[in-house]
Amino acid sequence: MSDKKGLVPASHDSEGFEHDYSAGLAAISADKIADPGLEPHRVRMTDKSVKHEKRAARQVFYWFMASIVGSVFSIVAYFAFPISEDLGTVHNNTFFMGLGIALGMFGIGFGAVHWAKTLMPDAEVAEPRHQTRGAEDVRARAVEIVNLANSESGFSRRKLIRRSLYGALAMFPLPALVLFKDMTTDADPQETLRHTMWTAGTRLALDPTGTPIKAADLTIGSVFHVIPEGLMPEGAHKDDYLEQKAKAAVLLVRVDPTEINSQKELDWGYDGIVAYSKICTHVGCPVALYEQHTHHLLCPCHQSTFDLANDCAVIFGPATRALPQLQITVDAEGYLVAKGDFSEPVGPSFWERTAK
Amino acid sequence: MASLNRKSMFSRRRPFAAALVIAAGLLVTGGGYAAATTAVKAQQDPTVASQSQIDLGHKLFLANCASCHGKNAEGTKNAPTLIGVGAASVDFQVSSGRMPAQASGPQVQVKEAVFNDKEIAAMAAYVASLAPGPAIPTDAMVANNGDLTRGGQLFRTNCAMCHNAAGAGGALTQGKYAPALTETGAREMYEAMLTGPQNMPVFNDANLSPKDKKDIITYLVYLQQHPSVGGLSLDNLGPVAEGLFVWIAVLGGIIAITVWLGAKSN
Repeated sequence: MSDKKGLVPASHDSEGFEHDYSAGLAAISADKIADPGLEPHRVRMTDKSVKHEKRAARQVFYWFMASIVGSVFSIVAYFAFPISEDLGTVHNNTFFMGLGIALGMFGIGFGAVHWAKTLMPDAEVAEPRHQTRGAEDVRARAVEIVNLANSESGFSRRKLIRRSLYGALAMFPLPALVLFKDMTTDADPQETLRHTMWTAGTRLALDPTGTPIKAADLTIGSVFHVIPEGLMPEGAHKDDYLEQKAKAAVLLVRVDPTEINSQKELDWGYDGIVAYSKICTHVGCPVALYEQHTHHLLCPCHQSTFDLANDCAVIFGPATRALPQLQITVDAEGYLVAKGDFSEPVGPSFWERTAK
Repeated sequence: MASLNRKSMFSRRRPFAAALVIAAGLLVTGGGYAAATTAVKAQQDPTVASQSQIDLGHKLFLANCASCHGKNAEGTKNAPTLIGVGAASVDFQVSSGRMPAQASGPQVQVKEAVFNDKEIAAMAAYVASLAPGPAIPTDAMVANNGDLTRGGQLFRTNCAMCHNAAGAGGALTQGKYAPALTETGAREMYEAMLTGPQNMPVFNDANLSPKDKKDIITYLVYLQQHPSVGGLSLDNLGPVAEGLFVWIAVLGGIIAITVWLGAKSN
């Protein structure tokens, strides 16, 4: 390709273009860096000395033998480390079998590449690229074929069927969109997000046993993981157990009332027992890392930290809103009950959620 | 009592009768009370606290703990009161080496235990004698023969957010952390749940019943005794450790192989 001149159409030269039109239409500037060409051929050691050649051949052989050893080892490992009732035995079985299979595969790969690099012919070959533009007669023939197809099918002439085809093409993806509808519930998603299972009088129950909790059960510094009573995987909420739990989960803590800095928090709780939504207002992870002396409540996902002694206000991290508090009281039998649903939607923001 | 009273009626006219009756009455009621309280103590505490043990505990307390916890265990601005924390708390803090604390900081560190079992029992007996509090659990209470599956469920609900689902521990706020439970003894686990040491919340028997606690211990001991099913666990620290390993070791290996593939043989 050293003689570029021969490829340039004469007309361009006569019109005084500064560009050199070689293959394709790419403009190549006149002061382009010269093609450095290929490096001088460097003869490999395996081509120069028989000793090296023999050693390389041995190495390839060893790789393939290692592969065989690996495959056999893998089979041996399967029987030597059987999987029993104890799940821990899976560890040794998969580990040693996997080690053998890895050696079996890498041995073949490394051997083959080493073979190609050291022993197969070592000659640089240049494969010049052809021009991307087709020959004139081929191009003319292509146009001819398209025109023939158009006239034979009548695609341009028959407007009615052409437009009905456009209509059919536009309609056919629509059933897929209808299918997407099944991915959401029938209920208004906004309503679903705004309300939880908590109603006035719903008892607070222990997760996962469902045992209702009495106020007297909580000592100062206690943390109870709470679900609404009646939310069990096999009960009335069999079908939406996880959906309901994901919204209604509550963290119940008893703090020395003198350490609580917010009157609202005291009023909404019961004698220092306060209940907060466990769902982080950032992206909805369960916030449950409670430190009983600092009253920090930490979210494990992105380290949002809430001050449980002060309305669960955000004191660190990406969350922007305090955790919603559940108003609680005790019923006649001494059990803790909710006074109603949360006063604001729990969990992360959504489009229609108005900022408070 | 009745027979003694009858006996005293027979000796009504004897000069020392009244004194004898009073002495006998005091002996029986006092002895009975002492026996009853000892029986209750024995139930709470596997090692019956004798007065000499309490005295030894008191001496050890004055020499090693009183500088922070106060001469009467009433607490100072540096350390909380120990009145009512119970023997379980003392056993947990001292046998795990947390107490006596080496330095103040976000969290008291675990170290080699300073005292032997006898001394720890004495200190526990002394603190328990100050006010009633949680007792040291018996061996039967911390045996790992509970319900493994239920224990795992309870652990994931109540403990895993801080201690990691595999008990590998995790970071808290401002330098505090939940320790790994991979080496922790069963009694220590029980005492920690019962007493809520440092910033750990309290899990009293109404929250996690003794059976629940036993199930959780069964789960944790199972994790300690069985290797990871899934191969290299990288200490079960989660996606950060695993990501670091993949990006540095695995990707590094892939790059090394790619370089080798493209390099010309010598």
